[in-house]
Amino acid sequence: MKILVCISKTPDTTAKIAFTDNNTKFDTGGVQWIINPYDEWYALVRAIELKEADPSAVIHLITVGAADAEPIIRKALALGGDEAIRVNADNHDSYYIASQIAEVAKQGGYDLIFTGKETIDYNGSSIGGMVSELLGLPYVSLAAKFELAGNKATITREIEGGEEVNEVELPVLVSCQKGMAEQRIPNMKGIMGARTKPLKVVEPVAVDTLTSVVGFGLPPAKAGVKLVAPDNVEELVRLLHEEVKAI
Amino acid sequence: MAARTDLFTSPDYFNVDELLTEEHKMVRESVRNYVKKEISPIIEDYAQRAEFPLQIVRQLGELGCFGPTVPEQYGGGGLDYISYGLMMQELERGDSGVRSTASVQGSLVMFPIYAYGSEEQKMKYLPKLASGEWLGCFGLTEPNHGSDPSSMLTTIRDAGDHVILNGAKMWISNAPFSQVAVVWAKNEQGEIQGVILERGMEGFTTPTTHGKWSLRASATGELVFDNVKVPKENILPGVKGLKGPLSCLTKARYGIAWGAVGAAMDCYDTALRYSKEREQFGKPIGGFQLQQKKLAEMLTEITKAQLLNWRLGVLMNEGKVTPQQVSMAKRNACEIATNIARDARQMLGGMGITGEYPVMRHMMNLESVITYEGTHDIHLLITGMDVTGFNAFK
Repeated sequence: MKILVCISKTPDTTAKIAFTDNNTKFDTGGVQWIINPYDEWYALVRAIELKEADPSAVIHLITVGAADAEPIIRKALALGGDEAIRVNADNHDSYYIASQIAEVAKQGGYDLIFTGKETIDYNGSSIGGMVSELLGLPYVSLAAKFELAGNKATITREIEGGEEVNEVELPVLVSCQKGMAEQRIPNMKGIMGARTKPLKVVEPVAVDTLTSVVGFGLPPAKAGVKLVAPDNVEELVRLLHEEVKAI
Repeated sequence: MAARTDLFTSPDYFNVDELLTEEHKMVRESVRNYVKKEISPIIEDYAQRAEFPLQIVRQLGELGCFGPTVPEQYGGGGLDYISYGLMMQELERGDSGVRSTASVQGSLVMFPIYAYGSEEQKMKYLPKLASGEWLGCFGLTEPNHGSDPSSMLTTIRDAGDHVILNGAKMWISNAPFSQVAVVWAKNEQGEIQGVILERGMEGFTTPTTHGKWSLRASATGELVFDNVKVPKENILPGVKGLKGPLSCLTKARYGIAWGAVGAAMDCYDTALRYSKEREQFGKPIGGFQLQQKKLAEMLTEITKAQLLNWRLGVLMNEGKVTPQQVSMAKRNACEIATNIARDARQMLGGMGITGEYPVMRHMMNLESVITYEGTHDIHLLITGMDVTGFNAFK
């Protein structure tokens, strides 16, 4: 079984968010980069679990990004990926990225493609659907559980107020979310092993960029909190009326 | 006691990170995440109860914290010394006792077996020690011989195909839970030799040391030898004399130099965060000059020690380091960490003496760390002798 896991480089959740170029670009100065948690904790770790159950399985990783994505690729290899492919392009258009992944996937003949349900920076949630369309594969999104018996996968997805269980034959593309697996910490053996695992860099194929960002905006700064004594209802009413203008 | 959320953020005022490779950073991140996940939530409780969290032995083995510089063919990690140092820094950031467990296993048990053991000994012991299946301890210090190990009274006497071991060792980390002990004893010729003991050998006992106010989450004990028959194949063939145990101590002191800085970083980080949250006289205490003085001095000393450690690591990797350089780094790290822990504890006021924050635990732990593996005073004499050529030990 060949598994392809799509990983993306995102800012650490504690990174300070700011923009440059007239609020059209994310300011990457001083930012610590991590593997997008949905890609790492759920997609990649579930793939590793499948490989542990079937040692003949092979896990390939793919990321579309510049050379500064290589540390996160090495970490993914340290966790348990077998080899990695970096498509050497810096582009945030979902169609462009999905097309690059689809191009590599076409040649790889994968039985299973995993993505995270979204990236925690641009929150596009669209790569999985687009790649499956470009490859003509079935697509199951927001998977919280993935079981495999032979060639048939049973996938549980979260839906509003409950869950839905799907059955699908491989090959399939699945976007993964919480519940699929649990975060792992790469051990020293894995880190050492990642040194020599293949990391192939390929140039992007020519694809149109369909969208461009014209502006980012930060949410309004949090207003200060005013504490009102429990017995001072008059003051509460006054504040709600005069300052908040809610009543 | 409720588990504390570990909000640690590492101070790096001089961008020392830029001196590290991506692999070093990955090693550090792994150990830091392990500490946040498995150590911080439980350690205060174990320390308060003076109990050793035995489960960490397997966990540390799986993570690869035992013998990381021992070659992979013996189950080690094959990592460099900066990776090893960062590992010790992160473990001690969690607790000095946890770092002690890893230091003893790696530097004092696996290292002498690797450096001075026979191939059979290496194959028999190293993989099990690396994986955490077995825990090991190191017996050098005796009740009446601490800083002066060459006067030890523990002996081995030739008895044909085995030797007879008699004597006692004290202040032995890991002793109560160890399957294996590397013990240093004098033969009939007065030469110091290393022997490998296994739990269960007749006449070998490991009574627990109780009543410690320091390293309370680490198991300490004695090793008592009452006519223990040790097969001759358990003698380390590759070394005779005090240089055997002293070379182990150099390796362990190297880890302590990094580890103590980890404890200092946790104290500083805790005090800094507290100073921004705690308000007195209508503003955060971090806005007062006396608190800022403490924070500025703490960060300065941490930064200097980080740079010293990094340089020491480079020298270790290049095989150029001297035991005297390691001694200086160990002494410096322990001294600054002890002072930083005290200042941080004062900044936290009454909260500083509780288990709600890690500072008092670090402060008490560091009293052991500044004492073991060569006391502060002994390390001063090592540097003193190195620069003057005069021996002031006796």
